[in-house]
Amino acid sequence: MKQKKIKIIINGRKIETNEGKTILEAARENKIEIPALCFHSDLKVKANCRICTVEIKGIKGLQTACSTEAKKGMEIITDSPKISKARKINLELIFSQHTEECDDCVWDFNCQILKLAKKYKAEITRFADRKKDYPLYRFGPSIDFDNTKCIICRNCAEVCPVDFLEIKNKGAEIQITPSKDKNKDCIYCGQCVTHCPVGAIEGVGEFEDIEKPLQEKDKIVVAQFAPSIRTSIGEEFGLPYGEIVTEKLAAGIKKLGFDKVFDVSFGADFTTMEESEELIEKLAKKENLPIMTACCPAWVKFIEFYYPEFIPNLTSVRSPQIILGGLIKTYWAEKHNIDPKKIVVVSIMPCVAKKYEITRKEFNLNGLRPVDYVLTTRELAYLLIKNKINFKTIKPQLPDAPLGVASGAGVIYGVSGGVMESALRTAYEKMTGKKLLKIDFKKIRGMEGIKKAEIKINGSKIKVGAISGIKNAKNILEELKRNPQSYDYLEVMACPGGCIGGGGQPVPTDAKIRAERAKSLYKIDLKKEVRLAHQNPALQKIYKEFLNSKEKIHSICHTEYKYKKRIKT
Amino acid sequence: MKLSSRQIINKIKKSRLVGMGGAGFPTGLKWEIVKNAKANQKYIICNASEGEPDVFKDGYLLENYPQEVIEGIKIALSVFENSFAYIYLRKDYYQRFKNKLEKLIKGLPIVLFKETGGYLCGEETTLIESIEGQREEPRIRPPFPCRKGLFNCPTLINNAETFYYVAKVIENKYEQTRFYCLSGDLKKPGIYEMPLSFTIKKILEETGNFPEFDFFVQAGGGASGEILTSRELGRPVNGSGAIIVYNLKKTKPILLMKKWINFYFEQNCGKCVPCREGIYRIKELLDKNKIDKEILDDLLFILEETSFCALGKNVTLPFKSLIEKIYK
Repeated sequence: MKQKKIKIIINGRKIETNEGKTILEAARENKIEIPALCFHSDLKVKANCRICTVEIKGIKGLQTACSTEAKKGMEIITDSPKISKARKINLELIFSQHTEECDDCVWDFNCQILKLAKKYKAEITRFADRKKDYPLYRFGPSIDFDNTKCIICRNCAEVCPVDFLEIKNKGAEIQITPSKDKNKDCIYCGQCVTHCPVGAIEGVGEFEDIEKPLQEKDKIVVAQFAPSIRTSIGEEFGLPYGEIVTEKLAAGIKKLGFDKVFDVSFGADFTTMEESEELIEKLAKKENLPIMTACCPAWVKFIEFYYPEFIPNLTSVRSPQIILGGLIKTYWAEKHNIDPKKIVVVSIMPCVAKKYEITRKEFNLNGLRPVDYVLTTRELAYLLIKNKINFKTIKPQLPDAPLGVASGAGVIYGVSGGVMESALRTAYEKMTGKKLLKIDFKKIRGMEGIKKAEIKINGSKIKVGAISGIKNAKNILEELKRNPQSYDYLEVMACPGGCIGGGGQPVPTDAKIRAERAKSLYKIDLKKEVRLAHQNPALQKIYKEFLNSKEKIHSICHTEYKYKKRIKT
Repeated sequence: MKLSSRQIINKIKKSRLVGMGGAGFPTGLKWEIVKNAKANQKYIICNASEGEPDVFKDGYLLENYPQEVIEGIKIALSVFENSFAYIYLRKDYYQRFKNKLEKLIKGLPIVLFKETGGYLCGEETTLIESIEGQREEPRIRPPFPCRKGLFNCPTLINNAETFYYVAKVIENKYEQTRFYCLSGDLKKPGIYEMPLSFTIKKILEETGNFPEFDFFVQAGGGASGEILTSRELGRPVNGSGAIIVYNLKKTKPILLMKKWINFYFEQNCGKCVPCREGIYRIKELLDKNKIDKEILDDLLFILEETSFCALGKNVTLPFKSLIEKIYK
């Protein structure tokens, strides 16, 4: 349907926009900046913070740009002494709810409220901080929520897919609190972190613990970075959204003092191998269908806690970081004659749930965790900045061989649909014995939360679905309860768009930014010589030399799941 | 002779009846918008939330003229096809009038609803959220309740007094009057039905309440009403029709301000920054008995200009008028 155009005037400038747009949307499309805090394009308009107020000719009082629809002929002023005064005072009131801890904040150099305070000359200490004694909460090993910083914009409560964050009380006593309901638990997706405009929610250890891994005495410290980081971390250094920085990243990590830098995408290639195997087997036996991916620890926790009846559907295959961590402490250690106890594995992840995943005891190998630390994209960036490593000018360097040489399939793990596409590429060739000509599975690409397709292999149709966002996943699980045959294979990622929209990614993150990060991952894949996991020579070598028995494969690459009780917050 | 729906609406329009809840929107027009809205289901809500201090006319009407109020709702039910009505009652009104009202609504598509929150529930969209079982907070408008209200259906919300007068209009007995709530330092406080055109001065005189001492009044409501000196009484009363008389010598303005701010502090929902934080800070100033004029002015400014709903916007007028005219 074609949208009707309307004409409005903003600050004297004639502007054409689509009917139905808000003033804020119309202004931003035309590069007219109106500040807004509680507004996030992923979420509903709430109009709580009152920072985006503007003047509209003929209407009494200031109006919020986020919630007011632009109407034909409207004359809008976005800056005036009156507007500035209102923004100044409301900012001062916002600061009175926000205990500043600027050197330890996910917004660090990009803090919106500080920038606004400067612009509108707000006295940030005009009113005493009234929340100094408010509680701090920790959700498992993943998320810290500091209520002394919360400005009650409610983004977190809205974005939380399991309604774990609740709005309690009213008036000045209003607070966001973790639910007391024992039937609810945080799944650590971290969307609250990336949707909080003031850094009240962050990953555990962010940023006070970032130096710990490098302070380990007499250890060999190995870094492995996740697929999606290579197209997002540049943003922290002012590079454009989605800029591909794989080799700068590897160089930066090396410069920090890590002994080796490997690529989690290489671990992903093993996940693909094992998962495609399992897919083929289960499709043949028609057993526990649909088979569901389990690379996303927030999704796994969601199933274990909220939908344990689907535990048998989860693939037993471990996530890429766990497999690669395991290979580092076994295969690689043996090869270089290093005591695995002396190896510290640090994952750089777009995710705070990965901080939880590494604590799962089922993954331990000879009493050792495959991965010792998880740093978020933000944490690594902060560490680089702190060490004055100039990311823009650093000399690119390849990740270390052999555990740093991944296929294109391993790289697209970072975007929703990528895990499934990788597995299908390999499964196709294994099932048909033919070369896959059309490598791209376009129907399961894109930023939609639910992507469905029917894939024909050997004459039979496989019904697949690539889902991102737990709210979408919930709908699919309910559909499966009604009709268990509706899918054969499901990929689920907790975060919108997959890991490129993860809770450990740089802020801000929104739909446009996620799309840029995703586009670049596909670009990397397209340029790779090896685009199918099973064709990766480094991987073939490891299967031949090391993963050559069922037991070994099982101990490194597979796991099991069970119903989880609520963890105390 | 039975009137058609259109005839009823036209009759209300001609009567020039306006809403008695405070905002004064033309009743006939409101009915027409709801009538014209296309939907399979419509709702009617009689608002008897009446939460502002010194306003007690709805309680008086439910006590003395419940059949007329119900008659007004019945007229609305006849005008809007497939409609269902709620009578939204302040908690104590619910207790007091439940039995009486239940007898009167027996067999009708009307239910009583006990208020879940406080003063803010009198605000139309908050009232809707309350019935829907949500947090008692205002919604973004538009959409307006007349088009998308309760459960997203077109919803007519009128004050109990408005329904009372609708019944009078249809009976041809409406004479441009309203119910005034008189209270404060006066001899004969209470409810008086008098012409809309009466000035405050005339109302006080006619009821034998015009003070002999120096005084000022708050007109409209006991929290949001404007402060007027004894020389400013040549005007009618707006808002919910309350007149509160204060003895100038015996009244401490700071205590009055404290009374107001405590009310707003208790009743604000906490949704928007200016109202939640602004009221908190005004209370803080008053609690210290030290009024920093610059800060107070700033807070009243953002409350009036940027509050989400009328609760916050209405804080400013009583404070400003009191400070300007009495407190100085």
